[in-house]
Amino acid sequence: MSAPQQTADGDAILEVRDLNFFYGDFRGLTNVSLDIAKSRVTAFIGPSGCGKSTLLRTFNRMYDLYPGQRAEGQINFHGNNLLDRKQDVNLVRAKIGMVFQKPTPFPMTIYENIAFGVRLYEKLPKSEMDDRVEWALRKAAIWEETKDKLQQSGLSLSGGQQQRLCIARTIAVKPEIVLLDEPTSALDPISTAKIEELINELKDDYTIAIVTHNMQQAARISDFTAFMYLGELVEFGKTDTLFIKPREKQTEDYITGRFG
Amino acid sequence: MSDMAPPIDLHASQVRKFNIQDMLFHQVTLVFAFIVLAALAGILISLAIEALPVLKQTGPAFLWTNVWNVPEEQFGALSAIYGTVVTSVIALLIAVPVSFGIALFLTETCPVWLRRPLGTAIELLAGVPSIIYGIWGLFVFAPLFAQHVQPHLQTALGDVPVIGGWFAGPPIGIGILTAGIVLSLMVIPFVASVMRDVFETVPAPLKESAYGVGCTTWEVVVNVVLPYTRVGVIGGIMLGLGRALGETMAVTFVIGNANRIVGSLFAPGTSIASTLANEFGEADPGLHISSLFALGLVLFVITFVVLALSRWLIHRGTVKQGK
Amino acid sequence: MSLYTRRIWTNRIGIALSMLAMAFGLLALLWILWTLFYNGFSALSWNFFTQDTPAPGSEGGGLRNAIVGSLMIVGVTTLVSTPIGILAGIYLAEFGTTSKFAATTRFITDIMLSAPSIVVGLFVYALVVATLGGFSGWAGSLALSLIAIPVVVRTTENMLLLVPTSLREAAFAVGAPRWQVSLKVTLRAVKAGVVTGILLSIARVTGETAPLLFTALNNQFYSTNMSQPMGNLPVVIFQFAMSPYDNWVSLAWGGALLIALLVLGINVIARVLFRKKSSD
Repeated sequence: MSAPQQTADGDAILEVRDLNFFYGDFRGLTNVSLDIAKSRVTAFIGPSGCGKSTLLRTFNRMYDLYPGQRAEGQINFHGNNLLDRKQDVNLVRAKIGMVFQKPTPFPMTIYENIAFGVRLYEKLPKSEMDDRVEWALRKAAIWEETKDKLQQSGLSLSGGQQQRLCIARTIAVKPEIVLLDEPTSALDPISTAKIEELINELKDDYTIAIVTHNMQQAARISDFTAFMYLGELVEFGKTDTLFIKPREKQTEDYITGRFG
Repeated sequence: MSDMAPPIDLHASQVRKFNIQDMLFHQVTLVFAFIVLAALAGILISLAIEALPVLKQTGPAFLWTNVWNVPEEQFGALSAIYGTVVTSVIALLIAVPVSFGIALFLTETCPVWLRRPLGTAIELLAGVPSIIYGIWGLFVFAPLFAQHVQPHLQTALGDVPVIGGWFAGPPIGIGILTAGIVLSLMVIPFVASVMRDVFETVPAPLKESAYGVGCTTWEVVVNVVLPYTRVGVIGGIMLGLGRALGETMAVTFVIGNANRIVGSLFAPGTSIASTLANEFGEADPGLHISSLFALGLVLFVITFVVLALSRWLIHRGTVKQGK
Repeated sequence: MSLYTRRIWTNRIGIALSMLAMAFGLLALLWILWTLFYNGFSALSWNFFTQDTPAPGSEGGGLRNAIVGSLMIVGVTTLVSTPIGILAGIYLAEFGTTSKFAATTRFITDIMLSAPSIVVGLFVYALVVATLGGFSGWAGSLALSLIAIPVVVRTTENMLLLVPTSLREAAFAVGAPRWQVSLKVTLRAVKAGVVTGILLSIARVTGETAPLLFTALNNQFYSTNMSQPMGNLPVVIFQFAMSPYDNWVSLAWGGALLIALLVLGINVIARVLFRKKSSD
């Protein structure tokens, strides 16, 4: 299974090759190879502990924060191997943004929440920064709710609004890829619907990789779906195909609810 | 693509800047952590150096020599060590049961709405500077104690063999026993807070199962809570001991400051900390000051051991659990 | 008496004793505070704050020199110990999860939290007073800093460890370098807790007497020169309370009340601030 499972169309922006991941001595991912298609939504599904979040966290080297965690193999991005020791992680993270399970607004104003990341790599005059903040908030469909209270704390927003603020914050940096790690699992159904709508709109400009425990969500919003189990990539393909005619028995069992 | 940020390598200078800043940040914080570590090592080393002259002269006998004669330049630590240990033991004898009661009350029987205010009151008591305890002990407690308590203690216990001697002598209020009592008031909040914290680590299901077989609150505490939290409770007591051993002001005011060992607890005595507070300012350079440093070294080593043990036990008591 | 009644009575007695212990603790607090007010309040007057300490046996006077001295010594202590404590705390929380050095430092700061303060005074005497020739306000601040720093270090570290990992990861996820994540995001998230730690450290050192005895010493005259021996409340209280002069003793009570009010006030503010922020 180590040969890359090909995506049907589009060019790959991220090529994962023979990726193995270790938590100390425990192997969290085994020989994962796949391509993330540019400007498409790729969903990762599978039961808890299957390694889908682990995989996502290798894409922006989040695991680097924790001693004892390491990845081997290749993740190619514009011809660079992201796993290369010499690759600067801050930069990787600026180009590959991430949104988390729980909303994580920074302890600052709504405006500063957006501007913080932008300032790291761009020196913008005040007016351009204002424009950028507005652009990001509009893009994340939260401008109308926040335009009158940009100087209030980001923590004053509701949970769903906070999550959209975090999405705005991520795209304000103008990344090429946005990683979403179960972005709606802490939200109510209405907020979830809004976020899903948003993902749909964002995919024209960004490549999106989303981890979800909700199969319907994966079916609704993704173009490609990867099913993972016990640290291995079991099946990867077009979402329609995978859900209607899965190749593997395990995939079928999972999507029909026989386990997980 | 037009609004995309420039490709990866154009940020090289910014990246280099961040890396240098991060390295600096790491180094700077490391240096400050090192300062903290160096301070303690510094304390130990400087005390040892300053204590060297007297230790050279007396050797380890310094610890068990019962002489403190400034004019003759003869120094031994025994009377101060004796006072330190005895006052601390008295303090713990009072503080441990009282703290246990307070912790039990706060975790088991206190109405929930009262827990917070009462707990806060106890913590505030821990924040009262020790000099306040000292001045209160000297002017308020000692006279009352001399007038109303000491005579009765003497009549009640003075003729009992062995312990009768502890209550001999004139009831002047000031002395080892008074110092121990004032010290106990100082230590109670610390011990009570730690005990309360470790009592709260007992999982509710464990207590509920004991209540479930019909145990009374007292039985739950004695048979479930205490065995479960034993290690942490002992750690809390050791913490109190560490505090009591090194306390200066609460003791200096009321201990009487006499460099001798008398069997009676009513008699004035001295502790290491109170000797330092009283004599250091006027000590002549030479053996006297060196002896005071040696006393400080002894105190520091004792409290270090006690506190290290306490920390280890509290840590084990709150982390391990369920062995 | 049946077994059951005996058990019930054992329980009742145990509970009653625990209530007694609680009452004992509270009464002690109230008794101490009451005598402080009773004896100290009469000493507080305009002169108390505007005049300097009187000569032995004379009437009148106040504690102006000691109050100013204490404020300066504690002020300098706070200025010194806050940055050192916060940076060391950040090191322990951010870089010190696995290293031996950090574990040792953590252990040492824990010990220093309860170490005898008089020994710190001895240390600073040997290090500064004996070598640089003389008692001074600076030496007093140095001694108090050694007591305040561990408080700040440990609260800072503990607060930082409470920051949810997802918030730290989110800050890294926009590409921020470590120092910005620490200073601009996580430290800011626990600002209230860190400020609480600083306040508690101030409360702790404000009443410390022993470390000042052989460092700042005392000064019966008004002085704002930190290089000279400096009057300060705790040492003045100590000297005056132990003296045979009624006027001095009365001033000592006034000083004790002032210190107790300051320390309790700071403690209460710290608690309110922390509770308000952490319930947000």
